[in-house]
Amino acid sequence: MIRSMLALLLGSLIAVPVFAQDTLRIATEGAYPPFNFIDASGEVKGFDVDIAEALCAEMGADCELVTQSWDGIIPGLIAGRYDAIIASMSITPERQEAVSFSEPYYSNKLQFIAPNASDFGPGDASEAVIGAQRATIAAQWLQDNVPEADIRVYDTQENAYLDLESGRLDAVLADVYVSYEWLESDEGAAYEFKGDPVYDDDKIAIAVRKGDEALAERFSEAIEAIRADGTYQAINAEYFPFDIY
Amino acid sequence: MNWQVMIESLPALAEGALLTLELVAVSGVFGLMLAVPMAMARVSPRGWVKALPMAHIYFFRGTPLLVQIYLVYYGSGQFEAIRSSFLWPYLSEAYWCAIIAFTLNTSAYTAEILRGALQAVPRGEVEAAEAVGMTPALIWRRIRLPRAFRIALPAYSNEVILMLKGSALASTITLMDLTGVARTIIARTYTPMELFLAAGLLYVLLTFLILGGFRLLEKRLNRHLQPR
Amino acid sequence: MDLQGFGAQLAAGTWVTVQLAIVSMACAVILGLLGASAKAAGPAPLRALGTLYTGTVRGLPELLVILLVYFGAANAINAVASTLGYTEYIALSPFMAGVIALAFNYGAYMTEVFRGALATIPAGHREAGQALGMGRARIFRRIVLPQVWRVALPASGNIFLSLIKDTALVSVIGLEDLMRETSVAVGYSKEPFTFYVAAAFIYLGLTALTTLAIHGLERRTTHGMRTLSG
Repeated sequence: MIRSMLALLLGSLIAVPVFAQDTLRIATEGAYPPFNFIDASGEVKGFDVDIAEALCAEMGADCELVTQSWDGIIPGLIAGRYDAIIASMSITPERQEAVSFSEPYYSNKLQFIAPNASDFGPGDASEAVIGAQRATIAAQWLQDNVPEADIRVYDTQENAYLDLESGRLDAVLADVYVSYEWLESDEGAAYEFKGDPVYDDDKIAIAVRKGDEALAERFSEAIEAIRADGTYQAINAEYFPFDIY
Repeated sequence: MNWQVMIESLPALAEGALLTLELVAVSGVFGLMLAVPMAMARVSPRGWVKALPMAHIYFFRGTPLLVQIYLVYYGSGQFEAIRSSFLWPYLSEAYWCAIIAFTLNTSAYTAEILRGALQAVPRGEVEAAEAVGMTPALIWRRIRLPRAFRIALPAYSNEVILMLKGSALASTITLMDLTGVARTIIARTYTPMELFLAAGLLYVLLTFLILGGFRLLEKRLNRHLQPR
Repeated sequence: MDLQGFGAQLAAGTWVTVQLAIVSMACAVILGLLGASAKAAGPAPLRALGTLYTGTVRGLPELLVILLVYFGAANAINAVASTLGYTEYIALSPFMAGVIALAFNYGAYMTEVFRGALATIPAGHREAGQALGMGRARIFRRIVLPQVWRVALPASGNIFLSLIKDTALVSVIGLEDLMRETSVAVGYSKEPFTFYVAAAFIYLGLTALTTLAIHGLERRTTHGMRTLSG
């Protein structure tokens, strides 16, 4: 009994640490549909995943995709748990202090969503209960621009939607494309965008460790290449009827 | 190690620590109020009286607190009937959901501690009370419960410390407790080590505070046992 | 209960939870034995370190320790590795981080359990061993340890039960255990109550089975002992 436990223990110690080799390890979150999510068979899917695969094919690299909870995704990169983040990450000054970015691979806007019946508008934000995901630019925008609002931060975007449905939140602030996908779904039918986007200069890029700028450059070139040969547009069309670049 | 981030975060962390303390205190009081009748029912010789508290204790001691807190918070939102009931003003608040989950959880553990203490009350003391003609209600009030509380106190102080540690889960349902504040600051500064160490220090401080409080209480309750 | 095709995933998650619990407990037992030996018989600085370890760890929330280990331990390991001349990055999987965090946490509790158990062994037993010419290691293995197991078993059983429940916290750092698989299913089905109740009952099943196993072990280890009840 004890011997077999020890064997199990030693086995796990030896087998689990992954040593960086020629393969690139890429992290994504897996809870941010349609960009990255885990389906019923347990596989990671989504726009980010397809782009990551196209980029790896273009670069001729062996890629391994790992999932990582969002608020630990940058610390995990810095700790060397993986080499790059392809998880719909916006470029922000704070993040640029911690990591380096490639050229953007799509751009984004922030917009409020609320129930169809609600007369909520962006101007009412300061007196409302508003949800956003922890450690996102949406959460940051709220903290910077409407600090007097009742801001609730969630571990995942999905939990924020769950609470919009339960009525705990008056509105959610999130990326428009993520909201678009959800508004198109059955659950999202009773909700709509409210007002104009509050922020529209949101560039989404691939993050690498500081000092790995050469890798970022390789990603930037690969993005340009898949834009040029139409691979990007094909992936784009699978998710959205409009160009998100 | 970035000391400046640690020092700058202290006021916010202290505020989070206050919410943590409040969560522990409020659910601790509610949990105790629930645990006393449960423990009393639990030592009853009648099966049907025992059944309900036993099921409650079994469920809440056998499942993770994280599952319990998600069940109360996200689970309650699944049903239209709950959302339109008088309970919703409370259940819609993460604060009350945390209080409810922590109360139900700690009441199960506390009831078991009290049951053990009730069974440890010397039989002779109860018999003596019966012999002087005390009614059962009076024996509960004057002999069994006060004796049991004193016996249970050291074990109960451990349970309160466990609750303090469990309260960190409040951060998973949007509350800005000590852990929640630390995680939110890390989301901007990317200095997990500094913030978690500072938060850890405050937790250890709270532990000492609570243990010190219990030591005083114990001294006071047992003052008749001290040499004059 | 309609699990909408997520049954297989919950089962896979349960298996990860079971593995995590067993490996973490094995590490916690080893850490506990080391800690208890240090506290009972080590030199003064080692004893002080042991006291600091059990004192602080038992006051820290498990969630905080898990987050700390996950974000911090990889840096520490890599710093040590690079001073030893090893330049490759060593990554820490959520599973390993979970094992380290849980073992670190519960090792403190196990230290206290073993310390108490070691104290119950009469000095005469060791002396009898010495009189027979046994070495220290042999005395520990043949005389002390078998008795420590027996005394420590009930308390260790309770600690293992808490550890099983605390494995759920590792889902917060992304390990695909039962809890995380349940959250994924909730994200899909929008039925949090159904799935969290299902998860609760699976955990309840795990703790019930463990309780049975502990009772069985207790009966075996106390076999041949005289007890008050005869």
